[in-house]
Amino acid sequence: MKNRIKVLRAERNMTQEELAIEVQVSRQTINAIEKGKFDPSLPLAFKISRLFELAIEDIFQLD
Amino acid sequence: METKSNDYYTTERKNLRHLAYWTGAWGLTVAIAAFGPKFLWDFNSSISILAISISTTIGAGMILMNRKYANGLDEMHRKIFMEAKALALGVGVVGGLSYSMLDAANVIPFHAEIGHLVMLIGVTYFIAYIVGSIRYK
Repeated sequence: MKNRIKVLRAERNMTQEELAIEVQVSRQTINAIEKGKFDPSLPLAFKISRLFELAIEDIFQLD
Repeated sequence: METKSNDYYTTERKNLRHLAYWTGAWGLTVAIAAFGPKFLWDFNSSISILAISISTTIGAGMILMNRKYANGLDEMHRKIFMEAKALALGVGVVGGLSYSMLDAANVIPFHAEIGHLVMLIGVTYFIAYIVGSIRYK
């Protein structure tokens, strides 16, 4: 699954650690999601989409 | 953005610390229950039963703490943890039975000790956790 988290973070001058704090996971998990190595659960995807004020499908796309 | 601390790390470290305490306490009580009869209380059955009961109770606490630790991890780390545990369990069951059969068939020149199995499970878990962590880096 591809995602735009890195771009959305950059647009908001947000670090991986800051995003991790907002959604209560580790920085390594955010890094793995950004690199497409780990697909987040639906609740985590919702948390991320709510934080960026976007729909889930605007952030995550199936390959 | 204001500086905030990550509560996830605080919880994870607290749970890990508690898990280490429980594991250490269990290891200590196992050692006392295993070596006590010979070196401390001259095979007194009542004391042995008491020592084994304490060890089993603390072992149960360690198991529950393990579950609490797993539930406190974030989803990626829980996945790595669970995969490592699954591999360790599988290797423990299959390896343990094979090892026992080798002993029963007199293929190996020594007795199959439960300690070897515990070491095999521990090493498998450790390697599986490291490999899992590297895979998601």
